[in-house]
Amino acid sequence: MDRRGFVKLAALGGGVVFLSGLHLDALGAVVEHGSKLAGHEDFYFVQLSDTHWGFDGPKINPDAQGTLKKAVEAVNGLEQPPDFVVFTGDLTHTTDDANVRRERMKQFREIASGLKVKDVRFMAGEHDASLDRGEAYQELFGKLNYTFDHKGVHFIVLDNVSDPGAIIGDAQLSWLVSDLKQQKNDSRIVVLTHRPLFDLYPQWDWATRDGANVIGALMPYKNVTVFYGHIHQEHHQMTGHIAHHSAKSLMFPLPPPGSLPKKAPVPWDAAAPYKGLGFREVEAQVRKASYGITELPVMKG
Amino acid sequence: MKSKASVLATLLGGMIFTALFVLSADHSKVSARQSAGAIATASVKAGVAPVAEQVIHITARNFEFSPGTITVKKGVQVVLELTSADRKHGFSLRAFGVRADIKPGAVSRVRFTPDRTGRFTFLCDVFCGEGHEEMTGTLVVTD
Repeated sequence: MDRRGFVKLAALGGGVVFLSGLHLDALGAVVEHGSKLAGHEDFYFVQLSDTHWGFDGPKINPDAQGTLKKAVEAVNGLEQPPDFVVFTGDLTHTTDDANVRRERMKQFREIASGLKVKDVRFMAGEHDASLDRGEAYQELFGKLNYTFDHKGVHFIVLDNVSDPGAIIGDAQLSWLVSDLKQQKNDSRIVVLTHRPLFDLYPQWDWATRDGANVIGALMPYKNVTVFYGHIHQEHHQMTGHIAHHSAKSLMFPLPPPGSLPKKAPVPWDAAAPYKGLGFREVEAQVRKASYGITELPVMKG
Repeated sequence: MKSKASVLATLLGGMIFTALFVLSADHSKVSARQSAGAIATASVKAGVAPVAEQVIHITARNFEFSPGTITVKKGVQVVLELTSADRKHGFSLRAFGVRADIKPGAVSRVRFTPDRTGRFTFLCDVFCGEGHEEMTGTLVVTD
């Protein structure tokens, strides 16, 4: 059974409750290559984001100590396990105390270790890495930028947070360009990062200052999709043929860009606990170079 | 043949006039600084000293700008003099394409001319600590 078949049956049978099913063939770069990609099998992975472990605000999330654990349980409860899980940054909530920062990271790591899927990829958010240029993060989680390949898809993890000015920087850009040179023009490429690479809403710091350089470097490649976090809500945007998809948070939602005079977390809704929080499945259809996205709640409704 | 205005400008050349006055309810101090030449030319036409440049001092510190609200006039060049009282911060005013790093012990100056009225948010865009996301301010542009 392919992944789409599983999703459909699971939704009907109630094994998994899907808040929404969003398949983005129309947004994604769909290119048929047929037998040229023989041996590349479809798969799916789970994206969790902005867990902000250590956040304390009962009016925002009275279950701040429990939401991440519930999400881990929900992922473990998926009928068909994902190939891997990725956390797209802001694992912890920021603190000026370097010791507390490390302690929060250790606690987060301990909770994440409860995932049955053992292939777990981490990346930093500005809350994790901007105050010490990623020093604590690297001690506990490893490199800030790296690549990996999975079943015919080349994943590139970019660091746009360890520089407190949200700058990728020339060195990382050169590293990216060198990596991309190893790829074919039609390679399946997924970029994972924390902040949006485009100017989503810079007035709320929803941007990467030199993100245009990254997008420029990616432009020659036909099949590029970006998954990111930071803005604590779903958002889908194209820059040319490159699709960008942001994920929900697992601590608090943020309002739509520019919808309020000042950015602030959306207060907890007692009538709808965990509303606006969640994680997602990303189904990679490698031959089509398309990604079906299914958003899931923290708690089964 | 030199005009009356340019003669006056020559006589006053090099001198700087600075006027301090209070704008807006937040009591931000705004310096209006202009060259003698500009004064002379405009005085002939209007009979009053115009504001040719609005100089505003802003101090950044964890986690606020002081003043937090500044008021300027549309169409008049603004000079922001930015200093930090503690650590590195950023100043970003996207509405007018203005940004600068603010470092302790130095003054960062940025210039722009607001071409429309309204209220515009500026923020620290250098992640500076636990209260970073609260570090914003408002620019009010009036006619």
